[in-house]
Amino acid sequence: MSRPLNEIKKGFILENPVFRLMLGTCPSLALTSSASNAIGMGLAATAVLICSNLVISLLRKLIPVKVRIPAYITIIAGFVSVVQLIVKAYLPALDASLGIYLPLITVNCIILGRAEAFAAKNTPFISVCDGLDMGIGFTAALLIMGSIRELIGAGTLFGNTVFPESFAISIFVLPAGGFFVYGLLIALTNLLAEKAGKKPITSLGCKGCPSKAFCKKAECDGGDEK
Amino acid sequence: MRMFIGILICSILTENFVLAKFLGICPFLGVSKKLNTAAGMSIAVTFVMVLATAVTYPLFAYLLVPNGLDYLQTLVFILVIAALVQLVEIILKKFIPPLYEALGIYLPLITTNCAVLGVTILNFTKEYTYAQSIVNSLGSGLGFMLAMILFAGVRERLDSCDCPKFLKGLPITLIAAAIVSLSFTGFSGLADRFF
Repeated sequence: MSRPLNEIKKGFILENPVFRLMLGTCPSLALTSSASNAIGMGLAATAVLICSNLVISLLRKLIPVKVRIPAYITIIAGFVSVVQLIVKAYLPALDASLGIYLPLITVNCIILGRAEAFAAKNTPFISVCDGLDMGIGFTAALLIMGSIRELIGAGTLFGNTVFPESFAISIFVLPAGGFFVYGLLIALTNLLAEKAGKKPITSLGCKGCPSKAFCKKAECDGGDEK
Repeated sequence: MRMFIGILICSILTENFVLAKFLGICPFLGVSKKLNTAAGMSIAVTFVMVLATAVTYPLFAYLLVPNGLDYLQTLVFILVIAALVQLVEIILKKFIPPLYEALGIYLPLITTNCAVLGVTILNFTKEYTYAQSIVNSLGSGLGFMLAMILFAGVRERLDSCDCPKFLKGLPITLIAAAIVSLSFTGFSGLADRFF
């Protein structure tokens, strides 16, 4: 019973997908201009992550290694379409604010990365735990960023006024604020990680990314040191 | 004509894919360490964006929508893009080896690049016509290229900068990206008069 518990601790703190693994940067930057958007995105991605982890883990012995990435993408895209239809039907306001980023969960590297790194090698139950826990870690990270940006940038939290808007620094809800807050939060987690005796993050999270081999090749071959 | 110029300005400057819409952040941060890598990657992305739009637009408008299958958009688009990238890779390898030499290594990275899927879906949410969609994809690709190349220059300077230890590496890179993004905010409203 300790394994699922360990999995949860891992995703939430030790291997937080956004702050430690550095995955899923696009939605973490784009949808954190308000706390409620952040939660919506986090929960939608969590739902897809749990379902895709379960199905991929069940099919892990049937999918040939050579075509695994297209197969994973198809499974993930299927679940994204399901989530998209549900959100459209029951939460039209959320659908409007997530906009194009909802279908783009398909190419979110947290989901593909976990499929490749975890679900393809583990039993269904543990894979679902991993999905749940990575999803919670993702949602929590988004919520932290969303709250900071909304509070400083608009003076509100979940739409409730905390202080008058004239004191707000509106750059924090602009795209630039997203990059800025994200950079500072990574610096902060690096500091905390260093205190806990872990290695700080200095580069993008290629460890969990399914296309890391190509990226490395592109960096080396495209650069001048051939 | 005015509309096309408007779309171009909009997609390159005011609604820059990377700096305003946060699409394609992985290559933006991962492959922008050197100028020539950044250029190669963005040429490949632009190429695939235009091609993917040229293929997915008629597919969606004339095959999926008339048959009431528009809910399959995400699934069909990502599969078409994946197949297209493979096809382009094979064709380039066979018929235009020099181009393959230059772009081949970037192509596998593009399938899971959210900028490509993003632009094909955005063309429909913005209700563009076929020609407008192609222009929008071209502009988005060029905007991606502009951001990549600008940022590659910034990155080369960042390597030699003297910054606090806890900001070294990714944090200072992101803060630099924030400043580049802020400068693009200055373009807002530029394209309004064209619509």
